[in-house]
Amino acid sequence: MLSGLAAAGAGVLAAPHVRAQAGARIVVVGGGFAGASCARALGREAGNLAVTLVEPNARYTACPFSNAVIAGLREMDGQNFGYEALRRTGVDVVTARVVAVDAETRRVRLEDGASLDYARLVLAPGIDLDLGAIPGYDAAAAAVLPHAWKAGEQTLLLRRQLEAMADGGLVVIAAPANPFRCPPGPYERASLIAYYLKARKPRSKLIILDAKDAFSKQRLFEAAWTELYGGLIEWVPLSGGGRLTAVDAATRTLTTEFGSHRAAVANVIPPQRAAAVAVAAGVADRTGWCPIDPVTFESRLRPGIHVIGDAAIAGAMPKSAFAADAQAKACARAVAALVRGREPDEPKLINTCYSLVAPDYGISIAGVYQPRGGLLAEVEGAGGVSPIKAPPSFRAVEATYAMAWFRTITDGIFG
Amino acid sequence: MSGRTHRTGVAARASRRGLAVAALLWAAVPALARTAHPGDAAACGGCHAPASAGEVPDLRGRPPAEVVAAMRAFRSGERPATVMDRIAKGYSDEEIRAIAAWVTAPPGEAERPTQP
Repeated sequence: MLSGLAAAGAGVLAAPHVRAQAGARIVVVGGGFAGASCARALGREAGNLAVTLVEPNARYTACPFSNAVIAGLREMDGQNFGYEALRRTGVDVVTARVVAVDAETRRVRLEDGASLDYARLVLAPGIDLDLGAIPGYDAAAAAVLPHAWKAGEQTLLLRRQLEAMADGGLVVIAAPANPFRCPPGPYERASLIAYYLKARKPRSKLIILDAKDAFSKQRLFEAAWTELYGGLIEWVPLSGGGRLTAVDAATRTLTTEFGSHRAAVANVIPPQRAAAVAVAAGVADRTGWCPIDPVTFESRLRPGIHVIGDAAIAGAMPKSAFAADAQAKACARAVAALVRGREPDEPKLINTCYSLVAPDYGISIAGVYQPRGGLLAEVEGAGGVSPIKAPPSFRAVEATYAMAWFRTITDGIFG
Repeated sequence: MSGRTHRTGVAARASRRGLAVAALLWAAVPALARTAHPGDAAACGGCHAPASAGEVPDLRGRPPAEVVAAMRAFRSGERPATVMDRIAKGYSDEEIRAIAAWVTAPPGEAERPTQP
């Protein structure tokens, strides 16, 4: 840690001298799919930009496919990525936490007291879980009832709990209201846990307590659940009493307006908001998320600060890794144009989200987006979900594409 | 906010006149609403890249006309697909030509600056 900070400090001091010919300094905060992709894309843009990526963790643990880790279908090693390749492309990767952003002087301050000046700042901080939104669900409760909504130790905790559970146990997944990271994620998770239970603990049951009445790829998920898992999965919508009103970690009891469920394993996915640094920078509004210009991703609240990925209010675009990468590249283009005093191009963006219902059964949702009415709106007539009726070979190909996507996107950003 | 908010064309005129007018303009002349540019293809790299070779084709070095033909066939439904049919429907002929030129750029060129 000390050597990391020392190196970071040296990089900050040396940069103006070493890079005498360098163009404007762009600071990117957050080394996930959005931030790391944007830093890499900025390095490819004209103008010889000096790109600094600030990320508190020395390596990144990816969320996509972490549901497969929970179900024992994949190991955690495959989720972890380092920043060495990004450094080799010329990005100055600083392992530190940002504690303050001054939009007036265009300066970010790091935990160790160092500061970085920027011509433009890109915030890609991801989400914070709102521990306090559900009575009884605080940090201590999350150590018993994992959210597993940030991949890492929480992912492995949920997996160990499922492995330790006796056959016949009740697994409960509590899903939040919109908006939240990875809209199909809770339902993919339910599917893959059901796959595990069916094979290993077939007398068990899984209940999804949902704070909403509809969810992403719903018809596809529900059809697949019937086809693959019989009555193992029960989905309780908001109108059926699905919204949590309280949890009790000691007894693993989840309470709703209609009753309570005592779980053997409970996965509570709480409401979310843009991560704290977005609030510190003044770019989050009262919703907890960050309003942006759909062409440049520049904050509606603080000039010179751009927000991409899960923290942004990206209109119709979901909070997905694919969307984060697409936004990152479009934002990099816009930032490079702006520092050169040029007019940014209007972006046209794509999202494709795959979900695994079983290891060889993939489904997807796709969309094409462009700025309209101040937001990123869906291009009408495009996008949509996989066909509701399709042969097993179609589902198998989509499962293959899901894996291929993960390899491609992580290689493009971290490889 | 130096260097910002000097967009031209329909979008800029619309933003000056307010959202209601913007909506009308967008509805009336969708085809004139934007100009295609190579950045449109940036999101394609989420799936089409060297690391994907095998399942999803790496398009670099392929003839642009081949990609144009494929996209048009996906869009019309003439060529079966899992997801490309849904994506291709979001693009005009002009955008497809711009995308095809960018995604077929030979290896190495993708790392070059994308703005002149």
